[in-house]
Amino acid sequence: MSDPLFELNNQDLHYEGRRILSGLSLSINTGERVALVGQSGAGKSTLLKHLRSLAADRVAWCPQHHGLVPMLSGYHNIFMGGLDRHSLFYNVMNLIRPFAEPKQEIQQLADRLELGDLLFNSVDRLSGGQQQRVAIGRAIYQQRRTFLGDEPVSALDDFQAEKMLSMIANRHDSLVIAMHDTGQALKLCNRIIGLKQGRVAFDLSADQVQPEQLAALYQ
Amino acid sequence: MSHCEPIHRPAPVASSASGLRRVSLVLALIAIICLFFADLETYSANPWNELARMGAGLIAPNFWSSQVIISAVLNTLAFALQGIALAAIAGFLLALVYRLFWVRAFCAFIRAIHELFWALIFIQLFGLSPLTGLLAIAIPYAGTLAKIYGELFEETDPEPRNNLTTTKSLSTFFYTTLPLAWKPLTQYTSYRFECAIRSSIVLGFVGLPTLGFHLETALSEGQYSDAAALLYTLLALIATIRWWLKKSLLPIYLLAAIIYLPPTAIFHWSTFTQFFTVDIIPAPLRGAEVSLLGNSAAASWGVQSAELCDWFMSLWSQQILPGICNTLILSQIALVVTGLIALLCFPLNSVLFFKPLQRYCGDGLLIIGRTIPEYLLAFIALLLVGPSMLPAIAALGIHNGAIIAHLLGRFSDDISLRDDACHGINRYFYEVLPRLYRQFLAFLLYRWEVIMRETAILGMLGIGTLGFYIDSAFEEFRFDRAMLLILCAALLNIGADFLARQLRKQLHLKTTPETL
Repeated sequence: MSDPLFELNNQDLHYEGRRILSGLSLSINTGERVALVGQSGAGKSTLLKHLRSLAADRVAWCPQHHGLVPMLSGYHNIFMGGLDRHSLFYNVMNLIRPFAEPKQEIQQLADRLELGDLLFNSVDRLSGGQQQRVAIGRAIYQQRRTFLGDEPVSALDDFQAEKMLSMIANRHDSLVIAMHDTGQALKLCNRIIGLKQGRVAFDLSADQVQPEQLAALYQ
Repeated sequence: MSHCEPIHRPAPVASSASGLRRVSLVLALIAIICLFFADLETYSANPWNELARMGAGLIAPNFWSSQVIISAVLNTLAFALQGIALAAIAGFLLALVYRLFWVRAFCAFIRAIHELFWALIFIQLFGLSPLTGLLAIAIPYAGTLAKIYGELFEETDPEPRNNLTTTKSLSTFFYTTLPLAWKPLTQYTSYRFECAIRSSIVLGFVGLPTLGFHLETALSEGQYSDAAALLYTLLALIATIRWWLKKSLLPIYLLAAIIYLPPTAIFHWSTFTQFFTVDIIPAPLRGAEVSLLGNSAAASWGVQSAELCDWFMSLWSQQILPGICNTLILSQIALVVTGLIALLCFPLNSVLFFKPLQRYCGDGLLIIGRTIPEYLLAFIALLLVGPSMLPAIAALGIHNGAIIAHLLGRFSDDISLRDDACHGINRYFYEVLPRLYRQFLAFLLYRWEVIMRETAILGMLGIGTLGFYIDSAFEEFRFDRAMLLILCAALLNIGADFLARQLRKQLHLKTTPETL
């Protein structure tokens, strides 16, 4: 086994002063595709935020509240993922008039995200599903090897969600994604962590998980 | 001993209005006490006669001296445009580091000094030159814009910033914070441009060649037809801003302004060094270096510090203290009068009280009151009743009251009443006023600092506030006194600003500034 990407030893995690997860021990290695499943409020977002805080500059981050800048175009919102690869001058000039190179790169990405014609619309003119794909684009354009996503495809239909998830999987070595759709989770990931009431209910490889175990999470 | 029956205490009344009521009562009480100390005489023998002549002038404006009017309008606009442009650039840069305490303190200080006081200082250095006008507007406006921009940046949604992990914080700023704050930022800047035009007009009263210069001449010579023409021009200029102020035309306007009135000055180093190393040094300390060369340096220092103490004490008792007292008295009365006028007049601009046509006329009146600078209003009122506090109170009350009334009226449009709600005065007191009152106090307290600033300035018209003593000190070339008095005025404004902000916080009013 390679060295662990994230490691937690008997840790309590808090959100806004309240303890959400207690006594958590967990190790995630490079190359794993991990799905976090469980009811809302089970602690998935808190765990993801904590994982991000352990390695903020090494992970691509796709949060549940997209935090897009509404008046900027999809292009600029996606470009934001790559701000630290360029100089301040380059970034500011690109804001005024997009440079050819990132424009081409991001156009290609947008085509894969099925945003092709909408890339230069202001984000506040896009639908919920379109905004979510811009957020995915921004995370991918960070060009990191690990992807952390909190319900990244919740606003998309099944068909499109699957396409987006497999694109995300193809472009990252390791994934940790919170999902409410257990079917998607089993299809995409090789490790499933079930959270219930602030504790790990089970932590199994995808082919070992029983349907009853999944059902028990939501009871 | 303690063998009492449990006393049944009624639960304390849970009132949301009590805090608002208390503050209002205290403000009113202070103003009533101030009335006993205020000079409210009318010194003019026959104000009605003068008023009739003014009315005749308003009916028959004389536009024939159009050459003068055109050049005055162009100068006014050139000063305002260049001033606001420089202020916006400087304010933006300062806003980037606004979280630093010293930057905030610096900005509070430069905006606490009124543009007319800045003008009086720069006239000593650069004469009546375009540079003087530019700096007098740009410096205090930069302080204000830095504050507003800084607060707008702070208020933006932090989520987009938090999702990015980059060490390039300035890049992040340009991609998240700036676009998020851009719209209110440009709106506020264009509102400040309107204020800059007013400031530019008022700078005419100390001699710069803007509309105010010609207005002062015409008014003090009793040429009311000429004055009326200038006044109508002023109103038209400001009322039409939204049609001619276009973002795309701004660079052209600015370039034209710089070509038309290059910000230059005839500049002598000797004046400069004289001003900073001699003129503004307190009189007893001047020549200190010379006497220190003598044998009895220690003794001479002792003598000097005693002299300095005397100098300060006599200035304190004869000018600073009466100046501050009069400024406080006048501004407290003006604040309450402003509030009363606003409460009385806001229905003029409210759909809840008037039909559209009546409302347009009513709002028109309010906009006129808002457009004419209080300095000009006070100057006109002074011609009628003489140099007491009365014209100043009227001018401050009308101008500021009209601003708040206009905004309150617009705010009241969002109130939706039941179909069977009462009408007329009942509606005013039972349905509308209680719902508006919190907002009204927020507007009024925000206006406090502005009223205080303007009160100090109105002294230059001969009312005994700080401006009176500052103006006299400049006339007598006693710049050391002038500087100390300006410092006092600045501290007074900073104090009022601080107090108003604390009150707003305590009353849970919006603490961020409105477009006022």
